[in-house]
Amino acid sequence: MRLVLEKRAERSNTIALVSPLIAILLTIATMSILFAILGKNPLSALLVYFIDPLTDGYSLQEIAVKATPLVMIAIGLSLCYLANAWNIGAEGQFLIGAVAGSWIAVKTQGTDAGAWVLPAMRLLGAIAGALYALIPAICKVKFGASEILTSLMLVYVADLFLDYLVRGPWRDPAGFNFATTAEFDPVATVPVLIQGGRLHLGAIFSLIAVAAAAVLLGRTIKGFEIRVVGAAPRAARFGGFNADQLILLTFAISGALAGLAGIIEVAGPIGHLQPGISPGYGFTAIIVAFLGRLNPIGILIAALFLALTFIGGEQAQIAMKIPLDVTKVFQGILLLYVLACDSLILYRLRLISSSRQVASEVRSGTR
Amino acid sequence: MRKTILAAAAALLLAGSFGAADAADKLKVGFIYLGPVGDLGWTYQHEQARQALVKELGDRIETTYLENVPEGPDAERAIEQLVRAGNKLIFTTSFGYMDPTLKVAKKYPNVHFEHATGYKRDANMSTYSAKWYQGRYIQGIIAAKMSKSGVLGYIGSFPIPEVISGINATMLGAQTINPNIKVKIIWANSWFDPGKEADAAKALLDQGADIIMQHTDSPAAMQVAAERGKLAFGQDSEMIKFGPKVQLTSIMDTWAPYYIARVKAELDGTWKSEDTWGGLDSKMFEMAPYTNMPDDVKKLAEDTQAAITAGKLHPFKCPIKAQDGTDVECKGGDHLADGQILGMNFYVKGVDDKVPGK
Amino acid sequence: MELVEAIILSVLAASTPLLIAATGELVTERSGVLNLGVEGMMIVGAACGFAGAWLSGSIIIGALCGIIAGVLMSLIFAMMTLGLAVNQVATGLALTILGIGLSGLIGAGFVGERITPAPHLYIPVLTGIPLIGRIVFGEDGFVYLSLALIVAVSWFLYRTRAGLVLRACGDNHVSAHALGYPVLRIRMLAVMFGGACAGLAGAYLPLAYTPFFIPGMTAGRGWIALALVVFASWLPGRLVIGAYLFGAVSILQLHLQGAGIGIPSQFMSALPYLATVVVLVLLSRARTGGSTAPAALGTVFVPDR
Repeated sequence: MRLVLEKRAERSNTIALVSPLIAILLTIATMSILFAILGKNPLSALLVYFIDPLTDGYSLQEIAVKATPLVMIAIGLSLCYLANAWNIGAEGQFLIGAVAGSWIAVKTQGTDAGAWVLPAMRLLGAIAGALYALIPAICKVKFGASEILTSLMLVYVADLFLDYLVRGPWRDPAGFNFATTAEFDPVATVPVLIQGGRLHLGAIFSLIAVAAAAVLLGRTIKGFEIRVVGAAPRAARFGGFNADQLILLTFAISGALAGLAGIIEVAGPIGHLQPGISPGYGFTAIIVAFLGRLNPIGILIAALFLALTFIGGEQAQIAMKIPLDVTKVFQGILLLYVLACDSLILYRLRLISSSRQVASEVRSGTR
Repeated sequence: MRKTILAAAAALLLAGSFGAADAADKLKVGFIYLGPVGDLGWTYQHEQARQALVKELGDRIETTYLENVPEGPDAERAIEQLVRAGNKLIFTTSFGYMDPTLKVAKKYPNVHFEHATGYKRDANMSTYSAKWYQGRYIQGIIAAKMSKSGVLGYIGSFPIPEVISGINATMLGAQTINPNIKVKIIWANSWFDPGKEADAAKALLDQGADIIMQHTDSPAAMQVAAERGKLAFGQDSEMIKFGPKVQLTSIMDTWAPYYIARVKAELDGTWKSEDTWGGLDSKMFEMAPYTNMPDDVKKLAEDTQAAITAGKLHPFKCPIKAQDGTDVECKGGDHLADGQILGMNFYVKGVDDKVPGK
Repeated sequence: MELVEAIILSVLAASTPLLIAATGELVTERSGVLNLGVEGMMIVGAACGFAGAWLSGSIIIGALCGIIAGVLMSLIFAMMTLGLAVNQVATGLALTILGIGLSGLIGAGFVGERITPAPHLYIPVLTGIPLIGRIVFGEDGFVYLSLALIVAVSWFLYRTRAGLVLRACGDNHVSAHALGYPVLRIRMLAVMFGGACAGLAGAYLPLAYTPFFIPGMTAGRGWIALALVVFASWLPGRLVIGAYLFGAVSILQLHLQGAGIGIPSQFMSALPYLATVVVLVLLSRARTGGSTAPAALGTVFVPDR
């Protein structure tokens, strides 16, 4: 008696619709058990995590603020993953973009620079992110080196580079030797959309990214090429699609988006460059991309949902003294369940009793 | 049927959300911690003080804390969440929370904020810190007396004024005993990285230092010193558990008196924005009992401590020579002014290193 | 000379967790599976290892707890990627996040406690030999185990039939399957071995390196172990060299500081990662000789019936 995985003849659309719900239900069930083990009332905990943050405007805004960089990075990553190019280095591209854009802010500090500063910062951030992402892409295309590992290694390099800059050459001279640049001038700061809140222009950029990706993937030839190259490489070759060029393109776009997210985050909610500008956005975005099933709208929903769990987790710490680690456990479990349920779209599980049963089925034609 | 479900849901919602009604009379005090409460160091001491606060004023206050809050945009939200949960006095216990605290303070003028080790204030935002360099001076004296090799090993976190002034105070104290005392400095580039601190301690001992001093927060270095039978000073809290035969003393952060005083002021309505920089006399920090040293050294340490506490001895009394031998400008009369110490970014003569990043 | 001996001792200690974790990952990747969840497995191993040692008073039990924790995490990985043909990258990352969270929860009750660290070997005359005595005869059990492990793995991969079959699974799983080998089962065993090593490597940190538990104490060593496997071009011999090199860089950087030589510490810390990228590129260019990645690494395999 064993369980065997079989490829389905074609995708199961019912599973495709239902699997996120099943995954969420399974996650809630598992988390309830965890809360009970921790000695907390599961129902109250779930409410604090998922419902409470939705009940007031401040939390809703904060969810959007937290989700903004996640959406932008994940959109870029989804393009790569659809093309079977595994960009794991979005975190590094985020940091490099932040550094590059901040260069303009630091250089124009105190001078009466005009309104060109902020768009220039964004542009430079995007370009730098794209270039940094092209390093692993070129290594893959020209040398066949695994882009997973090269892009991952470059994350550490970027992190250390940022650390060196803010502790050394770019350190605020009036900052008592603390590792941070001076506060960016107002002209170099991303404007806030709602007075008194933190929701900023970056959110609009993220929404534009979602729309652009949807159009690219759904209605353009390039989008079609990206999807085919990932799903059916041989067919793509026959179709004359250049896989190498697509790897370079998707990595560049992904790097640009990550870099843009980086400089927006630094010039927006943070306001200066310091170590630790990213609580792991680049890696959380990978989860968002998978949770959203590499689909632009799905990514938007997944990012908001994940942001909700961050905010809810903090509120749970205040209200119920639930440790922050529980949020990480939740996110890991959710992703595992989503991935597991999604696999049932392409495969089915069958119980096989013995080889005799298989043989008889073959003979009778039901296999 | 639907009405009952809705009513039940609403009731659960209320039950589950924070801000329960019965706390309306008690003052809510909030704390933001950088690390986990069990870190045995910086955050642990703040948490100890919070517990002392609850013990002292528990019938009139209710406290909450958020731990592991990174110094970035998340901090601003964490602080604001404490405000929205009804906390009226909030302690943010790390330098990196300075700007987030200020931003939230501007939004909520009726809430009071206390920021540790920072330098920005507002009408509703105070700062507080302790004159740890006084303790370092005493440690320097002890170290010079106890060191056989004449080389001290110093594990620094980041080259910020607080740490630099600590190194300088240590050297100045040590030089009163041994004018040729030397110090080797390794920067861990973190406040808390046990693996790195242990490696740094090993490296310092391997290179000839025989007393370990640290401005980082874990007991790893003390542990290494204990393993090798070398003497060490703890940091933030009592680390004698990790080095019963090697801890000489430790600078212990004892925030309780300050916290209790500030909360009482808040309860009485007399809270004002202040800048508190407490020395030994304020009891915002204490020296752990002097152990593992001969009686005469212990007496010397205690006498020095008494002198500093009484204001008779200032660790940075002039003249002080900079590394190049010139006298440092003395802006505080017969000792360096507070501002000079708070912004210190140079080494005194006797330190052979360069301040990183200059 | 004493300084040299002391430095080598520190390097050995620092490199040991890297070596153990990388050894496990080497076997896993040689079988064709890319496990990015090493960091998560290590950190859970650290928490469980310390808990086990503290509760039982025995380092060995602690180590076993760490191993079991790693194996259990790796079973989740195996079920997902081998049983359900789920994407290996995503699963590995999910396990990393899950592991970090779990270790924080498990370890929370043990922060602040201390244990007696793993004892070091002591042979009366031999350990006293100047310069090499303590290095060869004075290490703790984990160091000797790490070396024994890599030697055993090397022998297994290159001198046994089972090892040959495992390597075949990694290079061409379709052919291996056609030859009748149970590819999925072999990979599962390889993944479990990798998990056991990761758990053991994680347990080493609170049991021998710094004898107390702090959340997050692995500090990214799992990712370094991944880099190490690539840097070593999937060859056991080079793995040992690489592990000690990586450990040496981090220790030397501290010694240079203590000696007053001021190279920016970030540059030194970045060296291992930059070196890995360079090695990857060079490796992949040299299609003749040398060793390249197992050809089927990271690809999904669902046997047809």
